[in-house]
Amino acid sequence: MTDTSTRERADRVVGHGLGTSAPRPDGTPKVRGQFAFSSDLWADEMLWGRTVRSPHPSARIVRVDTTVAEAMAGVHAVLTAADVPGRATYGLEHTDQPVFASDVVRYHGEAVAVVAADHPETARRAAAAVVVDYDVADPLVDPEAAIDAIPIHPDGNVFRHVRIVHGDPDAAGDVVVEGAYEVGMQDQAFLGPESGLAIPAEDGGVDLYISTQWLHVDRDQVAACLNLEPERVRLTLSGVGGAFGAREDVSLQVHLCLLALATGRPVKMLYSREESFFGHVHRHPARMTYRHHATRTGDLVKVEARLVLDGGAYASSSTAVIANASCFAAGPYRVPNAVIDGWAVRTNNPPCGAMRGFGAVQACFGHESQMDRLAAALGMDPVDLRLRNALRTGDVLPTGQRITGVAPVRECIEAAVAHPLPPPAADDPLERPGGAGLTVDSADVRRGVGFAVGFKNLLYSEGFDDYSTAAVRLELAADGEPVATVHCAAAEVGQGFVTLAQQVVRSELGVERVVLRTADTGVGSAGSTSASRQTWMSGGAVQAACEAVKIALAARGGDLSAGPIEELREHHHRPTSPLDERGQGDAHVSYAFAAHRAVVDVDPGLGLVRVVQIATGQDIGRALNPLAVIGQIEGGIAQGVGLAVMEEVLVADGCIQNPSFTDYLIPTALDMPAVAATLIEQPEPGAPFGAKGVGEAPTISSTPAVVAAIRAATGVELARVPVRAADIAMPQAASRGAAQT
Amino acid sequence: MNETYGLRINGRDEQVREAWLGESLLYVLRERLGLPGSKNACEQGECGSCSVFCDGVLVNACCLLAADAVDAEVTTVEGLGAGSTPVQRAFLDEGAVQCGFCTPGLVMAVTDLLQRTSDPSETELREAISGNLCRCTGYGRIFAAVRAAQQGDAQ
Ligand code: FES
Ligand code: FES
Repeated sequence: MTDTSTRERADRVVGHGLGTSAPRPDGTPKVRGQFAFSSDLWADEMLWGRTVRSPHPSARIVRVDTTVAEAMAGVHAVLTAADVPGRATYGLEHTDQPVFASDVVRYHGEAVAVVAADHPETARRAAAAVVVDYDVADPLVDPEAAIDAIPIHPDGNVFRHVRIVHGDPDAAGDVVVEGAYEVGMQDQAFLGPESGLAIPAEDGGVDLYISTQWLHVDRDQVAACLNLEPERVRLTLSGVGGAFGAREDVSLQVHLCLLALATGRPVKMLYSREESFFGHVHRHPARMTYRHHATRTGDLVKVEARLVLDGGAYASSSTAVIANASCFAAGPYRVPNAVIDGWAVRTNNPPCGAMRGFGAVQACFGHESQMDRLAAALGMDPVDLRLRNALRTGDVLPTGQRITGVAPVRECIEAAVAHPLPPPAADDPLERPGGAGLTVDSADVRRGVGFAVGFKNLLYSEGFDDYSTAAVRLELAADGEPVATVHCAAAEVGQGFVTLAQQVVRSELGVERVVLRTADTGVGSAGSTSASRQTWMSGGAVQAACEAVKIALAARGGDLSAGPIEELREHHHRPTSPLDERGQGDAHVSYAFAAHRAVVDVDPGLGLVRVVQIATGQDIGRALNPLAVIGQIEGGIAQGVGLAVMEEVLVADGCIQNPSFTDYLIPTALDMPAVAATLIEQPEPGAPFGAKGVGEAPTISSTPAVVAAIRAATGVELARVPVRAADIAMPQAASRGAAQT
Repeated sequence: MNETYGLRINGRDEQVREAWLGESLLYVLRERLGLPGSKNACEQGECGSCSVFCDGVLVNACCLLAADAVDAEVTTVEGLGAGSTPVQRAFLDEGAVQCGFCTPGLVMAVTDLLQRTSDPSETELREAISGNLCRCTGYGRIFAAVRAAQQGDAQ
């Protein structure tokens, strides 16, 4: 176990193999401003693209007139649906989203046209000059109503209904608690906006330099829409300024390539922050109702849940998100009987898809709120109740799947609560809730402590053939020293796969010098940088390629002087199966668990909250790079805290109200609590190096832990995240009013 | 409307030719002068990723017209030094860099802080970088980097 609160610098072993906090190979260019992000790209004769977007969430397009825009000086192309040579739609799992809307628009911000011009300001003006006449319709914005409403898309309004029936659906417990919970729409808010550069190629194809999470799935979608063979659409990863799920779907990829091919010139696009809020999917808002049954002594008997996720206008990854939300709806507990209904539906709200935690986040807010309610009903300590029901290896999930890997839920809980509680608030007014606003009197501040546990699957599930590819070449450099070169298409989005790839090669081949080729579609797919999968999948592929190189080298008697050795390997994880009609099946490969204890200070009258500390125990298998693991844990907690108390894309009648960093708030250095983390290292059987992905677990239960702490400080039942000041202050005001009358 | 004017960036005189006067300093640095180190996460003064020094004062380059920086001495992240400064090294050593999009702006903000005060309190430190958003790190390793840079400076 590693306690980061006391860890010393001297622990950071040098040598840079696995298990060390090896430095990032891209670190020096990043700190010097020399690292090329996709927004930094530049080419001679480059044009700027700009998207024309619908101001309405639901409307029929009557007419699109591009003549004025086309006639403007400096404008080189204006393209609409009529200019798409190939498939008119794209999508991650279902191709239901038009490249450009042509007959109807289904969400606020849907693309209708693109322009290319010689200056971004000219492009902006040209986009504004494209005339689109709309026949505006009432948007369908209620996800419950959407289930039975007239379909707003030929593919229907229900993306997927998952029903899990496990054990005896009629089982009942002595104690029953019910609750209804809501999760608002969160944005990934990566810092580097969507951007890329497309360059037309001499073979009639196109080269696209892009920030994405999965080059090959982008390539296939782009090629289909362009009606080109995939070989003529070559993608190269450029610097990615964060992802968190928002770069899984195509945004400007097809538009950029269309413009480059239409103009014969390199074209760059860069979304503004405002456009970024319209240009990518968000975390699904959720409405959830739960009923938990338990014995008097606190053993869970049955969990009933109904989850409705609003997928917005297009499918994106909704079908997989609802499967996750449903599979993990009961939490990391032994639940012998369960009836879970999960719905992901289509509305005229902004499209939703992948975000860190992927369905487990929403469900965790529900099941953990329920566990606290159950503990209160039983008169039990909330931590004891969780320990009593904690999953262990060998237990069976509501999907009927037995957990064969490590499941240190108990250890995560015990580690989180073992951290010392923070001292009482100092007298510095800046450290009170509300901070620099100086609105809070210290006499009004109350402290609360809350607790939550969560889990989710690692890697792709439900029968998906999930794999990664890596090539490793070993040779003698000009100076006679061995050098290894890795070619892998895994998208580095900030998580540190580039560091890990070097560490793997150093440990496997004993070679200090490791060169990484740029990730591109010139090598096989590495799969997506999502689902906490690259350490396992691409780390596994690099390891397998190294093994093959070692064998080839041994066959040569260890002599490299005869020339380079290059081996290419794929790593596939063990097969999984789809869920059957009762939601049963061995759908998942492995799970990561984490527990969080939150300490908050609250001014109940003003509804202001300061999150003081998050203590966590996290199941990581093995720390391959301890410093990188800590970075993932702290960063993930920041996003969980954000969802708990500040982050929400506000949508009114289908329209986004706050598409800016002025109005969509993410945690700043002043909002971030202290983090005390314990890494639980129990190697996962079957995982390369025994390591589990660490990126998502920190985001899952940190949110409900914070909300539980606010409840503890105020006594207010909070059934929705993010918790707004009024949610705390108004019930207080109401009860004060009632007491006075 | 297009004009030609001079700027002084990182100790060098630069000519901005035939440029629209509505362009921000950030745009001119990035797109006209080949200095993309200053980043553009919001272009509305909210994220600090475009932080530069203008006559020694930390400013958001996205909120300043380039034409207003005529006669000013502008320093960008590219102009901090030939090698890495103690602040930049501390960011590397302490794991303060993930995607790195916020990093140049944070390096500028921390450089500014440590120039103004050699031993900032916890609150001063948090305040000083609260205008620089980072979505990856949760700031913990950035705080550690500031403390390490401070010690490095002291040695
Ligand atoms: S880009 Fe200037 S503050 Fe965000
Ligand atoms: S490292 Fe990615 S935004 Fe800070």
